[in-house]
Amino acid sequence: MRTLRTAPTRRRGRTGLAAAAVLALATSCSLVGTGEDDPAAVESTDGGGATSEPGGEVVLLTHDSFALPDQVVADFEAETGIELTIRPGGDAGALTNRLVLSKDNPQGDAVFGIDNTFASRALEEGVLADTDDDAVAWPDGVEQYALPGDDEQRLAPVDNGNVCVNVDTSWFAENGIEEPESLDDLTDPAYEGLFVTPGAATSSPGLAFLLSTVAEYGEDWPTYWEDLVANGAQITSGWTDAYQGSFTQGGGKGQRPIVLSYDSSPAFTVAEGSDESSTRALLDTCFQQVEYAGVLEGAENPDGAAAVVAWLQSPEVQAALPESMYVFPVVDGVELPADWARFAERPTDPYEVDPAEVAANRDDWLREWTDVTTR
Amino acid sequence: MLEVRDLAVAYDGVPAVEGASVTVPDGGVLAVLGPSGCGKSTLLRAVAGLEAPSAGSIRWDGRDLARVPTHRRGFALMFQDGQLFEHLTVARNVAYALRLRRVPAARREARVAELLALVGLEGFAGRMPGTLSGGERQRVSLARSLAAEPRLLLLDEPLSALDAGLRERLAGDLAAILRAAGTTTLLVTHDHEEAFAVADSLVVMRAGRVVQQGPIADVWAHPADADTALFLGYARVLEGEAAYRVLAAGDLPPAPAVALRRSALRVTDGPGLEAVVRTARATPELGRLVVELAGVGETDAVCPPGRLPAPGERVRLTLDASRLALLG
Amino acid sequence: MRRALALLGLAALPLAVLGVFFALPVAGMVGRGFWPDGAFDPGAVAEVLARPRVHRVLWFTVWTASVATAAALLLGLPAAYALHRLALPLRGLVRGLLLVPFVLPTVVVGVAFRQLLGEGGPLAGLGWEGTPVAIVLGLVFFNVAVVVRTVGAAWESLDPRPGEAAAALGASPAQVFRTVTLPALRPALAGAASVVFLFCATGFGVVLTLGGTRYSSVETEIYLLTTNLLDLPAAAALSLLQLVVVVGLLLVAARTRRGSEAVVRRRAGRAARPVRPRWRDAPQVLLTVLLLAALAAPIGALVVGSLRVDGAWSLAYYRALGSPSQDGLLAVPVATAMLNSLRTAVDATWMALLLGGLVALTVTRRSRGRGERRVRATLDGLFMLPLGVSAVTVGFGLLITLDSGVLDLRDSPLLVPIAQALVALPLVVRTLVPVLAGIDDRQRQAAASLGAGPLRAVLTVDLPVVWRPLLAAAGFAFAVSLGEFGATAFLARDDAPTMPVAIFRLIGHPGLLNYGMALAASVLLAAATAVVVLAVERLRVPAMGAF
Repeated sequence: MRTLRTAPTRRRGRTGLAAAAVLALATSCSLVGTGEDDPAAVESTDGGGATSEPGGEVVLLTHDSFALPDQVVADFEAETGIELTIRPGGDAGALTNRLVLSKDNPQGDAVFGIDNTFASRALEEGVLADTDDDAVAWPDGVEQYALPGDDEQRLAPVDNGNVCVNVDTSWFAENGIEEPESLDDLTDPAYEGLFVTPGAATSSPGLAFLLSTVAEYGEDWPTYWEDLVANGAQITSGWTDAYQGSFTQGGGKGQRPIVLSYDSSPAFTVAEGSDESSTRALLDTCFQQVEYAGVLEGAENPDGAAAVVAWLQSPEVQAALPESMYVFPVVDGVELPADWARFAERPTDPYEVDPAEVAANRDDWLREWTDVTTR
Repeated sequence: MLEVRDLAVAYDGVPAVEGASVTVPDGGVLAVLGPSGCGKSTLLRAVAGLEAPSAGSIRWDGRDLARVPTHRRGFALMFQDGQLFEHLTVARNVAYALRLRRVPAARREARVAELLALVGLEGFAGRMPGTLSGGERQRVSLARSLAAEPRLLLLDEPLSALDAGLRERLAGDLAAILRAAGTTTLLVTHDHEEAFAVADSLVVMRAGRVVQQGPIADVWAHPADADTALFLGYARVLEGEAAYRVLAAGDLPPAPAVALRRSALRVTDGPGLEAVVRTARATPELGRLVVELAGVGETDAVCPPGRLPAPGERVRLTLDASRLALLG
Repeated sequence: MRRALALLGLAALPLAVLGVFFALPVAGMVGRGFWPDGAFDPGAVAEVLARPRVHRVLWFTVWTASVATAAALLLGLPAAYALHRLALPLRGLVRGLLLVPFVLPTVVVGVAFRQLLGEGGPLAGLGWEGTPVAIVLGLVFFNVAVVVRTVGAAWESLDPRPGEAAAALGASPAQVFRTVTLPALRPALAGAASVVFLFCATGFGVVLTLGGTRYSSVETEIYLLTTNLLDLPAAAALSLLQLVVVVGLLLVAARTRRGSEAVVRRRAGRAARPVRPRWRDAPQVLLTVLLLAALAAPIGALVVGSLRVDGAWSLAYYRALGSPSQDGLLAVPVATAMLNSLRTAVDATWMALLLGGLVALTVTRRSRGRGERRVRATLDGLFMLPLGVSAVTVGFGLLITLDSGVLDLRDSPLLVPIAQALVALPLVVRTLVPVLAGIDDRQRQAAASLGAGPLRAVLTVDLPVVWRPLLAAAGFAFAVSLGEFGATAFLARDDAPTMPVAIFRLIGHPGLLNYGMALAASVLLAAATAVVVLAVERLRVPAMGAF
């Protein structure tokens, strides 16, 4: 049925009524739409139906941070005859839950953006389809990012990044204080009132940081958090508030020189004309986040969806990841942007927590974390 | 011809009009007269299609109007306070119905000028309603209604918002205009003067019911009962012995009750009923007295303006048979 | 019978939209909470309602929203007077600018607030950062425009004669205000208050951004439960709680509005022209200036931030917005995102005006009988509900209910504008209803008796009076749509990022350039809003001639 579709997907509603007329005077009328300006989409509509090529329309569900250069997408569409519709909405958590809630009647064919803290839920709920064993072989290097326990390779790793404590090296130099290095240091009175982190309940890097402390301290993590709060740690709701609002190197000229961010962040704090970043990630504090893609159970176009998932691991997409989505590729041998190669140091042994354990304990941990931090 | 049969209208189950039957012949002007709250406005609104009857029928030329919405009835309604469209000029107000019918501009302008002349407002075309006096507003409202060439003109207390002198003058104008235009009219008012000045037949309503109707002179001459008589402008209703005594003085046949206008008894030099003056007041045309009449009680009387008696003075009174009505 | 049908006919379209895009999804989500595994199990829901944490969250939500609403009313009233009744210079511009907070993404404002209240900021000494005071300030900042506009629009169309009559009877200006003006404004005040309360009670971003994680409102709790924990019974319990609070509030508001609505008469030609300010207007003008200054402070910080590059004035951030793709910082040029935003906003605006206009017309027609009056009052309240229910609940609900047959609208490009229109709808209704209710019904009857059909009668009688409030409502809806992020973020959209999404992306990543560009984009969004609102308010109906 799907291959018989002839209209391009990006239509705007044509239910325009006379009522729109008044407003249409104020701004050029909206109902003329964004549609028919996408040659690739139009061309590809008659390409479907063939058995050798996947073709047809593929709807890729993803999160709000999804972005890839138009050219990369257009090349893929031209090459495969697939008409790719990207539907972003919500963050990784919302994305996963959307899939769970609509699993009987999925809204798309493929998904990108489930991360390792939510992956177990997606697998358990049977949201993702099995891939044919012989269909896709992952490129070199990808295997190390595979989700533990996902033996059917339903979730294909696409990118990764580490959530690490970052410090403002210039601030520490100016103030003659030694930079902290470990999670333990953050509770040292020498660093009292200097740390800001997004909260675990409201932010995904915040949750990753909580998992770091779980990995480091085991059952004693609540004690660590008590000490952290006692040492004047500021907890904000989201990364933006912490980094842009409170961090000394953020846009808002905050007052705190230690912040929870990513291992890629130092690449963005290189002043023009300088060959040094003014921040540094503490590589002993990192938690690795991996984002996955997969074919949805019940997809109308599973072949096309599998092609899209494979494409996300292709050299073109992998190379575009850092500058489009601020994450690292998972495939070996992909060249990084110059700034990243120089300034974004990567941890060798980041913290890990078994996704199954995360899935089992997330609620309890968050509840306890909330209790400790708002006491 | 408008025929209202056994009409009933209720608000929230409380009856406002019950069993009312009214007929207005083509070209006729019928006034519905009654005190406020008697249901006369509800009757008018039901005819206009603004209230839904709970029983009975409203017909025009035999056709039932129950399913005809207000704007298709061809009945123009003119409100007490005109309800002009304040954002439109006088001419635009008057031309309203003509524009709705897409009458060509030239004919429309000519008609507006004609109507404004008819209501005596030449030269007012460009004015805004906000700048008009009360009388002018009502004239514009009338012109606006007439422009619709209504099959039936509905007037809701058209003059009662105006001051007395203006009302009198405008009532005469209104009567003349309606006759000239030959417009079938249903008028609702609580003012009997207004009804007499404009209408040729009359319906009297009280407490939601029609108590009397007929040609204006008939109703005038034979009020159905004491309340009706008082409402029609009779000053006093005498009953029993009092009525007998007064009628006897005028050589009239006895009746159980008689309604007197204030000028029914006149001071005379000849023989008549003996009375004592209580109060006396001069007006330009007549002296108005309140007198104590033996066996009757206090009643009104008039005398020629130059011969105003003093309070306490004894006078004799004669009865003017044309200024009273016998009640059954 | 015919009237009942006509009533239904007029309300049919708004009711259908509300039913499909709101009632159905919410019922779907709440239903999942009660039927966790397909079997009816209210135990989980009941258990959640008994949690002390839930009580705490509910109490926090109600008191912050109440305080913020009261503050917005107190601060907004003088400004409504000064900006709508006084012929102040630039008042059109100021009225347009007042809507700017409405469209600013919360994260951006959060950072701006932090610069003022936070460590090292000029107001840091007050110690308000991360406290409920900051939350209330934030709520007032975002919502005071609602009071100024809805009350101002009603004030503008108020018949000045009763006030003049009272003055002639010896009432001082203050007495005139208390005894005549205030009662006449009561419907508008109650309407504005209920809308502001609903916005505050569901003000998701403000609580998170300004309160840190220490405070939870019902809305943030539902967000957490739904998107993070997928604890549907708990989310359903809180959604029900939200509904109960909202319905209770609406009943109170309806009661407050009632008594007076019939009394207030308005006429198109008699509405007061703005008067030149006199000395006795000084307090109101002063308060307005103070309010504007308070609103301008965070916005000013934002504008300055967007223009300062490395300690010098520069347009570099704005220039960077024009050529985004080479740096790979934005998926689409900001111009495209702006166009997407404007397009969606135009759609949402006409939908909100169409639906809101129909609702307002329906609920203000003269009722025959108590039953009909009650139906109309219920309708009125019904369309306020979308404000009072969590965007997350609606968003996820849309997903699970509109998924088959003719109702498979999950992918419809109209979904986002419709969702936004539903958010803007109560503002439109609350702006129009007090004015429409003030029109003498006999005007419509006069038109009908002259042969005007119902539509024509509306054009003749209602439109001239309602025209200005309608434009005010249009500006509102437009701004709501431009700034709306919460509800939209959950709907899987067409791949057409809007301005708030673009800004969110920019500020969501490290680097001064990203931050600066986010500020610059916010300023552009704000400027575009102000310009559009100004332009819309300057429209006149050509056919109205002398109006």
